[in-house]
Amino acid sequence: MMAEELARTHDETEPGAPAAELGKPESSLPDAVGMPLLRIEGVVKAFGGVRAVDGVSLDIRAGEFLALLGPSGCGKTTLLRMLAGFETPDEGRMLLNGRDIAQVLPHERPVNMMFQNYALFPHLSVRDNIAFGLKRAGLSRAEIKDRVAEMVALVKLKGLEKRRPDQLSGGQRQRVALARSLARCPQLLLLDEPLAALDKKLRESTQAELMEVQRRLGMTFIIVTHDQDEAMTVADRIGVMNAGRLAQLATPRQLYEAPRSRWIAEFVGDINVFEGKIEARETSRLTVATRDAGTLAVVEPRDAIGKANVAVAIRPEKLKLSRQGPAVDVASAHAVNRLEGVISDVSYLGGTTSYKVKLDSGAVVRASMSNTTRLDVDAYGLGQRVVVWFTPDDCVMLDQ
Amino acid sequence: MAAAAVTAGKAGQLSRFNIASLALGLAFLYLPIVILVIYSFNASRLVTVWGGWSLKWYRELFNDAAMIEAAWMSFRVAATSATIATMLGTLAAVALSRGDGFKGRTLFSGMLYAPLVMPEVITGLSLLLLFVALNAERGFWTVSIAHTTLTMCFVAVVVQSRLASIDRSLEEAAMDLGCDPPRAFLAVTLPLIVPAIVAGWMLAFTLSLDDLVIASFTTGPGSTTLPIRIYSEVRLGVKPEINAICTLVIALIAVLIIVASLAAKVSSAKGESAAPL
Amino acid sequence: MSARAIFTRPARLAAIVPYLWMVLFFLVPFGFVMKISLSQTAIAQPPYTPAFDLTAGLAAIGDALAALSLDNFRLLISDDLYLLSYLRSLFVAVVSTGILLLIGYPIAYGMARLPRRWQGIAMMLVIVPFWTSFLIRIYAWINILQHDGLLNRVLLALHLVSQPVVWLSTESAMYLGIIYSYLPFMILPLYATLAKMDRALEEAAADLGASPFKVFWLVTFPLSLPGVAAGVLLCFIPIVGEFVIPDLLAGSNALMIGQTLWLEFFTNKDWPVASAAAVFLLVLLLIPLLVYDRLQRRQFEEVK
Repeated sequence: MMAEELARTHDETEPGAPAAELGKPESSLPDAVGMPLLRIEGVVKAFGGVRAVDGVSLDIRAGEFLALLGPSGCGKTTLLRMLAGFETPDEGRMLLNGRDIAQVLPHERPVNMMFQNYALFPHLSVRDNIAFGLKRAGLSRAEIKDRVAEMVALVKLKGLEKRRPDQLSGGQRQRVALARSLARCPQLLLLDEPLAALDKKLRESTQAELMEVQRRLGMTFIIVTHDQDEAMTVADRIGVMNAGRLAQLATPRQLYEAPRSRWIAEFVGDINVFEGKIEARETSRLTVATRDAGTLAVVEPRDAIGKANVAVAIRPEKLKLSRQGPAVDVASAHAVNRLEGVISDVSYLGGTTSYKVKLDSGAVVRASMSNTTRLDVDAYGLGQRVVVWFTPDDCVMLDQ
Repeated sequence: MAAAAVTAGKAGQLSRFNIASLALGLAFLYLPIVILVIYSFNASRLVTVWGGWSLKWYRELFNDAAMIEAAWMSFRVAATSATIATMLGTLAAVALSRGDGFKGRTLFSGMLYAPLVMPEVITGLSLLLLFVALNAERGFWTVSIAHTTLTMCFVAVVVQSRLASIDRSLEEAAMDLGCDPPRAFLAVTLPLIVPAIVAGWMLAFTLSLDDLVIASFTTGPGSTTLPIRIYSEVRLGVKPEINAICTLVIALIAVLIIVASLAAKVSSAKGESAAPL
Repeated sequence: MSARAIFTRPARLAAIVPYLWMVLFFLVPFGFVMKISLSQTAIAQPPYTPAFDLTAGLAAIGDALAALSLDNFRLLISDDLYLLSYLRSLFVAVVSTGILLLIGYPIAYGMARLPRRWQGIAMMLVIVPFWTSFLIRIYAWINILQHDGLLNRVLLALHLVSQPVVWLSTESAMYLGIIYSYLPFMILPLYATLAKMDRALEEAAADLGASPFKVFWLVTFPLSLPGVAAGVLLCFIPIVGEFVIPDLLAGSNALMIGQTLWLEFFTNKDWPVASAAAVFLLVLLLIPLLVYDRLQRRQFEEVK
C-alpha cells in the first residue's frame, strides 16, 4: 500500500505536464538553484589502454535520486567506484560541494557505498556492522548506540541486532547493508546494483522502500543498475551509459519518449524503426520517404536534423491496429500514417497483448495493445489483415 | 543450502564400489596406527606376543633420560619454528594475495612453493652447507631456522588460500566506512583469517616434530631431536618403548587437531561461512 | 594509478621479511651446493677445498675459482653406483606413483560422492594420518611386517602360509611404505577437483545416452586431469628423493639416490660428491615441474 502511495506522489511531483517536460532542454536540472551537490567534469579512466570511462560530465543536485543505466561493461560501475574512491580518474574533476575529491582516499570522503554483494562483515553482528563506520568516525558510545537504534528502526530490523549476516535472509542482508552505509550520514550514497540478488517481488517492494528512505532523509543517491524498470521506478533522472560515455541524461519520461539517439531508443524499451529520407518540410511537419513503410508524416524534432537520411522510430504501444473492410473506424480512416499488413504473431502477456504485423512491404512491425476488457472481442487472430496507424506526434525522428 | 540438499538427495547414488573403496582406503590408513597404539600397552617384552594391558613401557620411557631430552628438544624446536614460520608465512601470504603484481613476485612465489615438493635431503644438505660457511654453531637454532624455512611455505599456502576466498569488497567496505588500509586489515581481514593462521601454526608444529632428514643434516653433536633418536632405535629393531613414545606423539597431535577443529567450528558458528555469494 | 594501490602497497611491504628469509635460507644455500659440488674432497673441517673465504679478498676468490672442477660430476656419470641409484629412484617413483593413482582415484571419487556433510569428515579422516608423524607411520608398518609380526601371525593362523614370510627389507615392503605414506597427497588434489566438478555434467552425459563407464571415461576423468597432474607431481617428486622409507623398509642391495646422497655425506664424508648428486637430482626434478607449469599455464589460457 505504502509503495503505491509513494509511487503516486512520485508521479505528482514530476515537474510539469508531460508535454512541457518533453519540451524542456534536458540538460538543465529541474528546480536547480545554484551550485550542484556533485559536478563530474570530463572524467576519464582507462584500464590497460581501454577507456572504461571516457569523458563523462554530469551534475547532480542535492536530494536527487540518479540512476546510471547501461549494458554490462559500459563503465557505470567504474564511474561509481571512482566516486567511492576505489579508483582514481586519469583525467577530469569530481567536485563534491565545490571540493575536488578525485584524489581523496575512500576513508576520507563523505561518500558511502552499498556494495552489490552487500560486503557485510561475516564476523560481526548486525549491530556491529552498522556501528562499524560510526566507531571510525570517533563518536561516543552513547551516540553510536542511538544512531544504530535509529538505523535499525529505519530499515525495520528491530530484534535482529545480534544476528550475524549468515543468519539473515537476502532481503534482511540488503537492509543491513543499507543501514550501514547510511549510518554515517554521507553527503552522497552510492548503490551498486543493490537489488540484483533479490527475487522479483522482493525487489519491487524494496525499490519502494529505497525511495521512501531517500525521500525521508533527503539524501542524494546514485544507483547503478542494468534493470530499466528499476531505474525508471526509483530515479528522478537516468544517465544512460554506453562504451564509457554518457549517452543521455534525462528524466525517465524524456528518456523513453524522446531518446536522443537510435541506440538509446533501441536500448530503452522496445521500438520500431523505419529508415528513410526527408522529402519535404512543411510547417512543423516533415515528410519522410521510408523503404519499408512508404511515406510517413512526422512532427519536426526540436533539434533540427542536418542530414537527409533519418530514422523514424515509434514505440509498439503507440501503433494502433484496426480491422479492414466495411467496418473501418473514423480515426483510422483519417490517419495520416496508414500501413497495411497481416498479423503474423500474437503473444498474450496478461496486461497487454503483443502483435507482430507483416507489412505488405515485407517488413515486420511490433504493436502492443492493452487488454482493457476480460473478453477477447478486440483481439486479432493470426493471418488477419489489419491497418496499422499512428499520428505524426507519436513518432521520434533520429539519426540513422 | 540448496546445493547441500541436492547432494544429500543423491546419497542413494553412492555405489557399493564407492563405499568399499572408501572403507578399504581408510582401513589401510588407520589400521597400522591403531595396532601400534594397542601394542604400546602390551605387558610382554616381545612386541608381537600379547601379554595383557600394562603401562610398563611408559614407565620405562620416563626413565629414559636421553629420550626425554630428545623429546624436549623437538618440542622446543617445533614451538619456536612454528611460531616464526606462522608470522613469516602469514606475511608472505598477505603479500602474495593482496600485493597484486610486484617486482620479484614470481621468484618469491617460486621460492615459497619449491620447498613443498623439494626432496628433504636437498633442503637439508643445502642449509647445512650454509651454516658451515657461516661458521654457525649447529644445534637448537640451526634446526629451528631450517624448520622455519620449510614450514613457513606450508603456512603461506594455507593462509593464502583462505585470503583468496575472502571477497576484496569487504576490505573496500571497511575503507568506505572510514578505515585506512592497515585498520581495514586489522578490523576485517585478520579476524577472518585467524582460523587459517591457527591451522598453519599447527601444521608447522607437526611438520617440525616429524622431521628426520633436515634435522639430521642441520643439528650438531649433542643436540638430538626425537625423530633422530627414534630413527636410530628403529634401525636396531622394534622396541615396545618406541611404541609408547610414538603413541604419546600421536596423542599430542590428536589433541592439537581436536582443539583446532573445535576452534574452526566456533569461528564458523560466528558466521565465517557468510562469504558473499 | 589505481586507488587499489592504497591497499596493495602496505601488502607488498609485508613481503620484505619473508622474502629476505627465503633468499638467505633457500636461494643462497643452493649457491653453496653448486659451489661445493665443484670443489675437491679434502680431509679437513669442512671436508672440501677450496673453501671460500670471503675475508681473503678478490685474489683468493680468483684462485679458488681456478681450482673448481667438474670431477665430481664426471664421477657421478662414470660410476655405476650413482647412475643406477638415479635410475632406480626414477623407476620406484614411476611405479609407486602409478599405484597411488590407481588406489587414490577410487577413494577420492567415493569421497566426492558422499553427501556434503560427510565429505568434510571423510577429508578430515584422510588428512589426520598425514598429521601424525611420518616416521611413526613407517615404524607402525615395521611392527606389522617383522618376522614374528602381526601379518605373519595372521597368515599362519589362517594356514595361508606354513612358515613366516620375509616381508621386511623387501621391495614390496618399500612400495607398501611409500604408498601408505603418500596416499593422502594423491587423494587430496584428486578430491578437490572431483568435488568441484558440476554433477550436472555427468547427468547430461547420461541423459545423452552414455553408459556409466562412458560417463566416467568421457566426462569425469578428462575433467579431473588437473587434479591427476597435481597429485602425480605431489607424489612423484618427493618419492624420487625419498630417504627414510627405502632405508627402513627396503633391502640394502639397491639404493635410491636419497640414500646414496645420505651415505656419501654421513658415512663417506664426501661432501662435494653429495653436493654434485644433489645438483643432479635437482635438475632431474626441475623437468616434471616445468612440464606441470607449462600445462597449467596452457589450461589457464584456454579458460581465458
